[in-house]
Amino acid sequence: MNFTLRVWRQDGPETAGRFEEYPARNIPDEASFLEMLDLVNEDLIGKGIEPVEFDHDCREGICGTCSLTIDGVPHGPGRGTTCQLYMRSFREGEVIVIEPFRATPFPILRDLTVDRGAFDTIIQSGGFISERSGSAPDANAVPIPKTIADLAMDAASCIGCGACAAACPNSSAMLFVGAKVSHLGLLPQGKPEKNRRALSMVRSMDEAGFGNCSNYYACEAVCPASIPASFIASLNRQYAVAAAKETVGATL
Amino acid sequence: MTPDAHIPDGPLKDKWTHYKNHAKIISPANKRKFKILIVGSGLAGGSAAATLGEQGYDIECFCYQDSPRRAHSIAAQGGINAAKNYQNDGDSAYRLFYDTVKGGDFRSRESNVHRLAEVSNAIIDQCVAQGVPFAREYGGLLGNRSFGGAQVSRTFYARGQTGQQLLLGTYQALSAQIGTGKVKMFPRTEMLDLVLVDGHAKGIVVRDMVTGEIRSHAGDAVLLCTGGYGNVFYLSTNAKGCNVTATWRAYKRGAFFANPCYTQIHPTCIPVSGDYQSKLTLMSESLRNDGRVWAPKRKEDCAKAPQDIPEEDRDYYLERKYPSFGNLAPRDISSRSAKEICDEGRGVGPTGLGVYLDFADAIKRLGRDVVEERYSNLFEMYHNITGENAYERPMRIYPAVHYTMGGLWVDYNLMSNIPGLHVLGEANFSDHGANRLGASALMQGLADGYFVIPYTLGNYLTSQFGKKRPETTDPAFQEVEKEVRERTAALLAVKGTRSVDSFHRELGMLLWDKCGMARDKAGLEEAIARLPKLREEFWKDVRVLGVGENLNESLEKAGRVADFLEFGELMCRDALARDESCGGHFRIDHQTPDGEALRDDENFSHVAAWQYQGPNAVPTRNEEPLVYEEVKLATRSYK
Ligand SMILES: Cc1cc2nc3c(=O)[nH]c(=O)nc-3n(C[C@H](O)[C@H](O)[C@H](O)COP(=O)(O)OP(=O)(O)OC[C@H]3O[C@@H](n4cnc5c(N)ncnc54)[C@H](O)[C@@H]3O)c2cc1C
Ligand code: SF4
Ligand code: FES
Repeated sequence: MNFTLRVWRQDGPETAGRFEEYPARNIPDEASFLEMLDLVNEDLIGKGIEPVEFDHDCREGICGTCSLTIDGVPHGPGRGTTCQLYMRSFREGEVIVIEPFRATPFPILRDLTVDRGAFDTIIQSGGFISERSGSAPDANAVPIPKTIADLAMDAASCIGCGACAAACPNSSAMLFVGAKVSHLGLLPQGKPEKNRRALSMVRSMDEAGFGNCSNYYACEAVCPASIPASFIASLNRQYAVAAAKETVGATL
Repeated sequence: MTPDAHIPDGPLKDKWTHYKNHAKIISPANKRKFKILIVGSGLAGGSAAATLGEQGYDIECFCYQDSPRRAHSIAAQGGINAAKNYQNDGDSAYRLFYDTVKGGDFRSRESNVHRLAEVSNAIIDQCVAQGVPFAREYGGLLGNRSFGGAQVSRTFYARGQTGQQLLLGTYQALSAQIGTGKVKMFPRTEMLDLVLVDGHAKGIVVRDMVTGEIRSHAGDAVLLCTGGYGNVFYLSTNAKGCNVTATWRAYKRGAFFANPCYTQIHPTCIPVSGDYQSKLTLMSESLRNDGRVWAPKRKEDCAKAPQDIPEEDRDYYLERKYPSFGNLAPRDISSRSAKEICDEGRGVGPTGLGVYLDFADAIKRLGRDVVEERYSNLFEMYHNITGENAYERPMRIYPAVHYTMGGLWVDYNLMSNIPGLHVLGEANFSDHGANRLGASALMQGLADGYFVIPYTLGNYLTSQFGKKRPETTDPAFQEVEKEVRERTAALLAVKGTRSVDSFHRELGMLLWDKCGMARDKAGLEEAIARLPKLREEFWKDVRVLGVGENLNESLEKAGRVADFLEFGELMCRDALARDESCGGHFRIDHQTPDGEALRDDENFSHVAAWQYQGPNAVPTRNEEPLVYEEVKLATRSYK
């Protein structure tokens, strides 16, 4: 197959970016999107042009590294990650526009590579259960109903890719935060820190410059892990409860 | 020279307890004074950094990804073993120990494996306490499944995303420590060399992958938790960034590299479809619990649609050859059987390199919803990649490089022969012998980081009381930094015509051919002769564009491939010197009449620990004898 790519190129965080046009020739339809870019990069190297920088690692949809906005949509058409997108979903001769994930808290490092360190900072602020290695009770000591465990697993499936924030007109990270707060808050082990967690993660998110949720649901539509927006609603509830408790001085 | 494994005295079952009871303890006030450099944030590195940070050490942790949450442990699908015996099917730590030693084809160190089995239960407790959402039964208790090479159900899992959930647990524990300031995290930072001061590992030289800055970090001990080297074959189930650089650099500074030829070829991966392909995708081994592997009995049927091949014309070859283990036969055996079928011309799919993994019976027996509940994400992934629906048509699978049992040599303390240099997880060689059983790498990574190193590190550190930590301005650091700078500059200076990937592909093809699923003397010798030429060509003709002082993936890849080109030769040398077959190391010149691996216990019941001797010198092969006190060496049989 043959395509024309319009690719965002930017030398570094401080420099201005621009679109460049490159042909993608003789691409097998069973190639993945990133394999298509590999082939284009091989071409560019042959011509003495620096290859396009993009983030990727596992190439099987689980590590959350790949992060391309394709024709305006984070991770492109379909439901999965960029690396799980195959060229057979494009039309012969199509012009494909490739940009980085765009959100103010994700500064561009080079070309299509962005810095998503803000997500790590949010987790560091409270996205965990405090537990000392070696001090845990027997794993079966606290039975957890299967429905709860399954729901927690749904929430825990978030791969931390940042597509939700990139898709959101407000650059909100509520889906990401909602997923983590729900995952841990649903489980008995995570309950003791539930309120503290919701408060600190939301505050850390605000500090990082992510916007508010105004119910566009663009996040849900692009999330490769199918995290439902209902977790945003539970986050809002948890945050409200925690904030109310904090105001009246209840211990969190 | 015989490396000393420092195995504690006493009966096997008491060694670890005894060790812990007498281990040297460092007071909290002193822990604070020690700085530990941990390279890697996967299950091994992440769990070590979290635990040691929590214990009060001053930690610096490094990874090449943009976040520690993305280490390749994230991709593990199937599960993690533990000897909980929650299913009451007769499991015990001893059984897990025995299965692991036998699965490794009697080429692993008994004492280490026993310890691994002993701590396995604590790992599950730990993970549940962290909020890992393992699969549960309706009664709320943890569910289990059985996994390749075991006859009990001891595998814990979280859908098909076990590695992801375990790593996120570790990442969260690590994040908590980063939040408190006990751990300083350096993502997008690649270790390019190890620094020794007076023979002790006291630092590393890294490259900041965003700015290109090359700088040193000094510490009181270094922990390498950098994963496996499967990408030496170019195509593998590993992430694109997985590399041998950290361990290879340590080897060149004197650390022994043990059993590099022990590589695991996983039987159930999606077959290769063309040379544009950048990696191979694993279809979890758990699928073999319910899927049946078969190939047509006759070559003529290979081109037919699978549903048009009647039962009597299908060869369920694993069930036929290994009636007691059937489709659950260990990986090395299943992979080799698939290769044999394809070599006979009975392979399926466009390339003829594939066999079927069929779920029709499972769907009939359990119903489609149960199969969906167990495997839906894998079926989706398969559909995505191949465009085929595995609920209706059997999957096509073929073996692919997956895991590396070899790694830096370590003693019982997980310390290499270089004092202060510790190696954890897939990067070391210690627990899986010549073949790893399914669901045991996750177990080992977490055992090493959560439960072993926190006890054994003190053994080294107590010898360092009163010694001043070197400064990065010391000549030893300056010297190594200079070498790293020169090497980086040299890669950029070649300005040849061929891309890094083209060399990597060529290397991979050569090794897959000569040092892959089946090896022989002539082929290995040929590879050893060809590799220096390929290296020479690389250094004459590689084209790395751009500059060192910017994000430059070609430059990163070039450094890794340069190391793979050297390492590949050591792998072939090891495969040549190990003049027997064992586990994943199959020498066609050593097989039983029915095609099984033929070990030579008299001459090869040892670990080969390779020692670097200089750029153009043949390395020395040291031997650590494997002494079996508990287990009787037997021919591994899964019939
Ligand atoms: C697809 C797949 C499925 C698997 N499924 C299972 C399973 O079901 N059960 C099971 O038990 N095992 C499984 N395994 C094996 C298991 O996942 C790995 O062996 C294990 O996770 C390795 O953990 P680790 O911490 O040693 O290394 P990794 O998780 O690979 O981590 C390596 C770390 O080192 C860092 N690093 C590497 N090199 C450098 C460098 N030069 N400089 C700085 N940092 C560096 C990386 O950034 C990373 O943080 C699977 C493996 C694969 C590939
Ligand atoms: S919620 Fe979905 S889109 Fe957002 S980071 Fe997680 S996986 Fe990515
Ligand atoms: S590269 Fe890992 S999810 Fe795409």
